[in-house]
Amino acid sequence: MILDLKHIFKDYQQDKLVVPVLKDINLQVEEGEYVAIMGPSGSGKTTLMNIIGCLDKPTTGEFYLEGNDILKLKDRELSGVRLNSIGFVFQSFHLMPRESALENVALPLSYAGVKKKERKERALRALERVGLGERATFMPTQLSGGQKQRVAIARAMVNNPKILLADEPTGALDSKSGAQIMELFQRLNEEGVTIVMITHDANIANHAKRIYHIIDGEISEETREEEHHEEV
Amino acid sequence: MLENIRLSFKGIWSHKMRSFLTMLGIIIGIAAIIAIVSTIKGTNEQIKENIVGSGDNTVDIALYQGDWMYEMGYEGIPAGVPVINDDIVEELKDIPNVKNVSLYLSRQDYAVYYLNTALSGGYVMGVDENYFSTCNFIIQKGRGFTKEDYTKYHKVALLDPDSEEALFQGEDAIGKTIEIKSEPYIVIGIVDKAQEFEPVINSLEDYYTYAEDSTGKVYIPDSTWPIVYQFDEPQNVVLQVESTDDMTNAGKDGAAILNAYLQVSDETIKYRAEDLLEQAKKIQQLSESTNSMLIWIAGISLIVGGIGVMNIMLVSVTERTQEIGLKKAIGARKSNILGQFLTEAAVLTSLGGIFGVLTGIGLAEIISKVTDMPVAISVPAAVASVAFSMIIGVVFGMLPSYKAANLDPIEALRRE
Repeated sequence: MILDLKHIFKDYQQDKLVVPVLKDINLQVEEGEYVAIMGPSGSGKTTLMNIIGCLDKPTTGEFYLEGNDILKLKDRELSGVRLNSIGFVFQSFHLMPRESALENVALPLSYAGVKKKERKERALRALERVGLGERATFMPTQLSGGQKQRVAIARAMVNNPKILLADEPTGALDSKSGAQIMELFQRLNEEGVTIVMITHDANIANHAKRIYHIIDGEISEETREEEHHEEV
Repeated sequence: MLENIRLSFKGIWSHKMRSFLTMLGIIIGIAAIIAIVSTIKGTNEQIKENIVGSGDNTVDIALYQGDWMYEMGYEGIPAGVPVINDDIVEELKDIPNVKNVSLYLSRQDYAVYYLNTALSGGYVMGVDENYFSTCNFIIQKGRGFTKEDYTKYHKVALLDPDSEEALFQGEDAIGKTIEIKSEPYIVIGIVDKAQEFEPVINSLEDYYTYAEDSTGKVYIPDSTWPIVYQFDEPQNVVLQVESTDDMTNAGKDGAAILNAYLQVSDETIKYRAEDLLEQAKKIQQLSESTNSMLIWIAGISLIVGGIGVMNIMLVSVTERTQEIGLKKAIGARKSNILGQFLTEAAVLTSLGGIFGVLTGIGLAEIISKVTDMPVAISVPAAVASVAFSMIIGVVFGMLPSYKAANLDPIEALRRE
């Protein structure tokens, strides 16, 4: 099991009021799975993603990533987990505006202490993997939305993480670019990458093999049969 | 690290105006310091040159009694001062950086006449054969001393331009006879320093410090000295050294060697090197102490500049919250972020330092043109300035960098 979340609770302190955001979340993901977490805005899905991405810590609960007890790790070790085990893809791409596509992709490698020459080679290979090998020297402003997101995916994949964590990856894209991104995810999943995708869009979520719904901080898994009936 | 420096330059270049204004405080501070230091150094070199003379590099070692040069005219020959023989001369030649050694006898004498004109207060110098080459003298007119003049005790004299002027007042001196203590000497030539050196005098103070009362010197072969004066009078030594900076040490060593041979009962009688460098330093210190105040004042502007850098860096951290959040999300450690911002601050202020040094050099040149003050650019000061501005960057970049490193990545990513 690559992701194992047990009884995760998360509260936020707002002035003197304690606001529960996540209530008893249980989530298990096997290696190589493609999972979507669906929910409307304010449902707590981004908080859940931050916890899975080791950016945030739950108030109570247990969280194992590749068997490691994440909640016991120090800040420095968490950076290492984010660097080597998780690839982030965001709705708004978050590319460095003054760096070329290649430099953007190479960024995590510099934190991993990879030598300059190898950084370049590996970044180029990652760009080729998302079909942007010939745009390596382009600046983000010279790329379309879909291309920017593919650069972001290349950046997420450059360290060969086990898990790709995507937060509304098609949220800022037109439907055609969105479909291309979904195809790319499909292919990466077939190559063995575990994908956890967060979205509010049912069409996007349907690309995943398993779908979780999160509403008001409570999670439930959707069974495919149910969905089948609905469509019929 | 290199990556951080590259990123810093990119960041600075993309905000040219802001970066320049941020650097301005540092630029002004460093420029002021460089200009002041250059002026101090220029003045100091001027002082050194005025006192030591240019390219001469000779040290006089004379016999002293207490604080005054031993006065043969009053005291007579002191007991226990041996003749400086060839062995001792060889020993002096072995002192590091000594090129030439020469011996001379000297007395202030009022009884030097040409007809009825007296050379009042002038010096009679009994010099050995290589004295003029050691002291860089050249024969201006007539001829110099020959070997025969020494071996055959020819009563011949050379004059320096001052004594020539005092005794002959424009008349041609060559071939004329002068009297030294009633002994007739024939003037065979005029000698002078090869390099004419005039101290640069900018103020009345300088004039009192540097202007010598030149009363003139009359040179005779030292072998003829006993004809006029006495046998076995104490000798003085001139050392010619490689460079100006060797003068102090060679002088001290020489005096020590000579003193080792002294067997005097009067403890105050000692050979002492005339230490021009030491004199120069004393005057330099005076001018430096006034200027070091100015450096402190300029230093304050560096602190103000540093605070400016800190301020802009704080703004920059806020502006780049998203970038920081993303970098943390993709695996940057706190130390990576800290390093990036510290590097940026250090690069910014180092650039400011470099521009400051250039501006300071320009400023110093302008000062020297406008006020006629001498300036000299100090390379160590320039290097130290750049290094110091880098340190300012690191110190004042610390707070913003810590702020950046400790940003909560969730908060940082949320701001869209």
